[in-house]
Amino acid sequence: MSPWRDGLRRLRRYPSALLGALIIVALLATAVYAVVTIPYSEAQRLWRGGDLWQELPVNAGPVWADRLFGGDAPRTLRIPTAAAPIAEEAYEGVRITEQRLTFDFTYSEFPSEINLFLGSSGSDRQPFVRATWITPQGEQIPLDARRIGANERISISQNQTLEGRLGAPPQIGLFSATSAGAGTDQQALEVQQGTYQLLLETVHFAETSELHGELIVYGQVHGWAGTDHQRRDLSVALLWGTPIALAFGLIAAVGTTVTTLIIAAAGVWFRGWVDAVIQRLTEINIILPLLPILVMIGTLYSTSIWLMLGVVVVLGIFSAGIKMYRAMLLPIREAPYITAAQAYGASDLRIILRYMVPRILPVLIPTFVTLIPTYVFLEASLAVLGLGDPILPTWGKILYDAQDQSALYHGFYYWVLSPAALLMLTGLGFALLGFALDRVFNPRLRSL
Amino acid sequence: MRRTTSVSETPGSEKPGSERSIGERPGNPSAGVATATRGTVATGGVEATGTGAVTTGGAATPTAPTYQQPHQPLLTVEALQTHFELRQWGFLRVGSVRAVDGVSFTLDHGESATIVGESGCGKSSLARTLLGLHRPTAGRVTFAGTDLATLRGRALKAYRAAVGYVQQDPYGALPPFMKIRRILEEPLIVHGVGTRRAREERIAAALEEVGLEPAHETWQKFPHQLSGGQQQRVVIARALLLRPKLIIADEPVSMLDASVRAEILELLRTIQRQHRLALLYITHDLSTVRHYAHRAMVMYAGRIVEQGPVERLLDRPHHPYTRALLAALVDPDAANAHQQRPIPAGEPPSLLHPPSGCRFHPRCPAIMVGRCEHFDPEEAHPRPGHRVACWLHSR
Amino acid sequence: MSAPALLEIADLRLSYRTESGAVRAVDGVNLELQRNEALVVLGESGCGKSSLAKTLLRLLPRNAVAPEGVVRLDGEDILGYSEERFRREVRWVRIALVMQAAMNALNPVIRVGEQVAEPLRIHRGWSRRRALERAAEAFSEVGIATDFLSRYPHELSGGMRQRAVIAMALVTEPDIVLLDEPTSALDVLTQAAIMNVLKRIKAERGMSFILITHDVATSSELADRVALMYAGQIVEEAAAERFFTAPAHPYSQMLMAAVPKLHQQQPPRPIPGRPPSLLDPPAGCRFAARCPQRIDRCSEAPPSTTLAPRHRSRCWLHAGGKR
Repeated sequence: MSPWRDGLRRLRRYPSALLGALIIVALLATAVYAVVTIPYSEAQRLWRGGDLWQELPVNAGPVWADRLFGGDAPRTLRIPTAAAPIAEEAYEGVRITEQRLTFDFTYSEFPSEINLFLGSSGSDRQPFVRATWITPQGEQIPLDARRIGANERISISQNQTLEGRLGAPPQIGLFSATSAGAGTDQQALEVQQGTYQLLLETVHFAETSELHGELIVYGQVHGWAGTDHQRRDLSVALLWGTPIALAFGLIAAVGTTVTTLIIAAAGVWFRGWVDAVIQRLTEINIILPLLPILVMIGTLYSTSIWLMLGVVVVLGIFSAGIKMYRAMLLPIREAPYITAAQAYGASDLRIILRYMVPRILPVLIPTFVTLIPTYVFLEASLAVLGLGDPILPTWGKILYDAQDQSALYHGFYYWVLSPAALLMLTGLGFALLGFALDRVFNPRLRSL
Repeated sequence: MRRTTSVSETPGSEKPGSERSIGERPGNPSAGVATATRGTVATGGVEATGTGAVTTGGAATPTAPTYQQPHQPLLTVEALQTHFELRQWGFLRVGSVRAVDGVSFTLDHGESATIVGESGCGKSSLARTLLGLHRPTAGRVTFAGTDLATLRGRALKAYRAAVGYVQQDPYGALPPFMKIRRILEEPLIVHGVGTRRAREERIAAALEEVGLEPAHETWQKFPHQLSGGQQQRVVIARALLLRPKLIIADEPVSMLDASVRAEILELLRTIQRQHRLALLYITHDLSTVRHYAHRAMVMYAGRIVEQGPVERLLDRPHHPYTRALLAALVDPDAANAHQQRPIPAGEPPSLLHPPSGCRFHPRCPAIMVGRCEHFDPEEAHPRPGHRVACWLHSR
Repeated sequence: MSAPALLEIADLRLSYRTESGAVRAVDGVNLELQRNEALVVLGESGCGKSSLAKTLLRLLPRNAVAPEGVVRLDGEDILGYSEERFRREVRWVRIALVMQAAMNALNPVIRVGEQVAEPLRIHRGWSRRRALERAAEAFSEVGIATDFLSRYPHELSGGMRQRAVIAMALVTEPDIVLLDEPTSALDVLTQAAIMNVLKRIKAERGMSFILITHDVATSSELADRVALMYAGQIVEEAAAERFFTAPAHPYSQMLMAAVPKLHQQQPPRPIPGRPPSLLDPPAGCRFAARCPQRIDRCSEAPPSTTLAPRHRSRCWLHAGGKR
């Protein structure tokens, strides 16, 4: 049986290895899913943010977390004008339309924000709209009245006069059972459940003029990952962070270990000045601090993740690993089978790549597997330090934003927990597999 | 023996269209390594020597030149020196280890010779120099008429194919992570031999020749799945694959069990005869020499102190060192337990600072004070083909 | 018979747990050793002879199953001793060991003298000075100049280091010195010189030796008695005179014929085949598959037959005789 297959067979006896492999497979599946469903350019576009996300609430928690603790925080309700019937009356020169945007509000907590997006089309004479809030009891609260351009955003919850009239922020005042007078304790207000209406009375000044838009009653929870301060759905970053983290870790680990190994083997094989140069380079490189160099490059040049990856690999090649591999390869260089290969005329390159390197691959594989999360963490650390890639959604970026917005202080624990959990899961998966591999392939640890 | 029949088949199975002429007709010296062509006159003499050696066994004296014709041996080593410089900080010369220090001998086509010596006498360095793994410091090695020092590139590669190497530690000599088939395919790939199919056939033939049939079963295995003797057979098969003219076997049996030693030595001898190969058998154990070589050379501290036909050297040794070696050896006998063996005092000298004059003089029981420690001994010829470097025998 | 044996091994068994099953390295070994006797345990690699040595000194690897059988030293079963008692009363005090390639086992950063004196300081609680004085005596006994006491191992040649290791085994004046392939890595002259030392010590000090080796010629340098081991069992046990001239067991005969000898007109004759795996040894005679004198009965395990006083063979050819 080949040593590899034998190793795999033995590996199956470690439950930790199976668990680790399972985690890694799950992460890989996630990564593939992310890349397939959200193309790279789309991910970048989404993460750039802006109006794209205007229909999502700010800093909403994940739905499942709220429900898990028995909460009933509202989800976001979107009521488009297109769905509401239009009643129209024609007068001389003007048309008056009336639309009732009707929705049921059944949650026991208040929404986080109310916005009305309206736009007119068909004529350059802007229509005039009067918006009136009708509670389940039939109470009518005038909200606003204004001309509507091509795209208007009426922030009902930001309406200062309304807030003054209601005695509470509109998103609370409009949904509370008792109308609050000034000075009422807002904590005591209760949600009035039932059917609400927004009455839009529009005066059109042209035959062709039309009104369209939607009312958005923002919830306090959104999706499985929640949103951030820019209303971006965190699931995008959590999903896309997976392929980026894995690619960064894998490429950095492969790039450093394989090249390090080959360079160490070349040094050991050629000896003399080749070895001396490699040794000195390594010694210089070992005392160079990686993180400050990356910070410097990030600050002065560019924070592109691929540039960072390149620097990590280049600085990682002449790392302490060279010394370790050199120590392992030195006795192998003197192995009789190497002399035999020399004697039948194998070239230097063949001896290095086919006879020396494969000999320590079994010991290398576990090191390599445990090295992957190290680089994943490095990328996250860079992002947390503000040196993350500016356009790519990564786990580190989420953490950076969370820290920047004092997420924990505000109680947005999900913002920190979910990327941290994914990072830890990655570390755990690779570590479990790596340590088991070490037991299988490292002869010194192999228990009899 | 099954082995013998398979051996005789193998040379016949070679395709004449093969581009490698080396080793195809092992007895024919005109198949030079680096396209060296020589007069056909020599052929007859060499053929005669080779056949004579085989038919008359160990009693033949293959070194005895045929005086009628100019005779060129396969391998000529003249005053060879291989020194290893000791340097400090990579450049400062602080001394040199004189591992091989003036060795001369010749080896004919189809002749088998043995080099006997203790560890550290330079015999392995000599082997590695002959294999082209160390550059000689001085002296000349001529193989089939070509100076080894002039070989470069393709010619050097061809030389490597013409010289097979069998090592001491059979397990270490096989890469542990490769299957036997891959191990044996490597030299063929390196030398660009044939298609995969043709290589497989050649590997199978070699495995059968060394008695590891069925080949397709053996080559599925990893080295550690074979016994020491079987591993050494694989090493021998590898040495044979490129159809060499000379095999250098450096302590091929010293790490094997006593009962397996005879088997491997027997195999080497059979192969050497079948292919009319020259064999240089290097060992520290004189007791494994008698039936497996025509000629023996005894090496001490970088030099050959005595050489001659095996029987004569074992039965009538001349050099005090050879005598000491022979006296130290015992055959199994209960009486051994009750007698002390005469052992020369001291230890082999350091090759960094070898003694002046005769290198054996500090330990020699027959030292002639005033001569041995000052002057290198002249070579004496007690018999044709028997040479001794000792003042006792040259006057 | 004669005086009670110094060491008596009865039906000793030892196996190792491996991934492919239990390897029965020592499978029912009976041996006895008298005072001032040298017993050679001869066998090819993998026959279990080193495991036998390790069992006697309890230097077993972790995967070894606890040995079964009886090992009596002066009539006391030392196999039943607790680990601590064995360490205090047997190891190095009564039985010392010279391991295979032991010259490479010296600690490279401690002076040789200190290492040789160490058993005395540990087992006898001697002062450093007294122990070093005794170490100097041991050094001269094995033929190393005493000024080497203060050298480091790398300053000594292989032969000298091996002598130092033998000195280390001698300092505590044990009853038995166990030598496991003491000279196999050494050159002919060094090997002969060390055998000379051992012979002299045996004659002068009346020590008992167990020499474990695969080298038939070297074994004859010390042997009073020879026990030949094959696939975990002793196939023949005889006095050296008998064994080297007229061995009884077919394997003994073939082994003697297979060994290359210096003064021998006939080339050696190899033994065809390979020893059986100790994972699953054959039920009958373990040598049967390679034996030219094989008979039908060989498919049953042959008993150990006494051919003459202190001469036993495990072969059906002899089992018909007295038992």
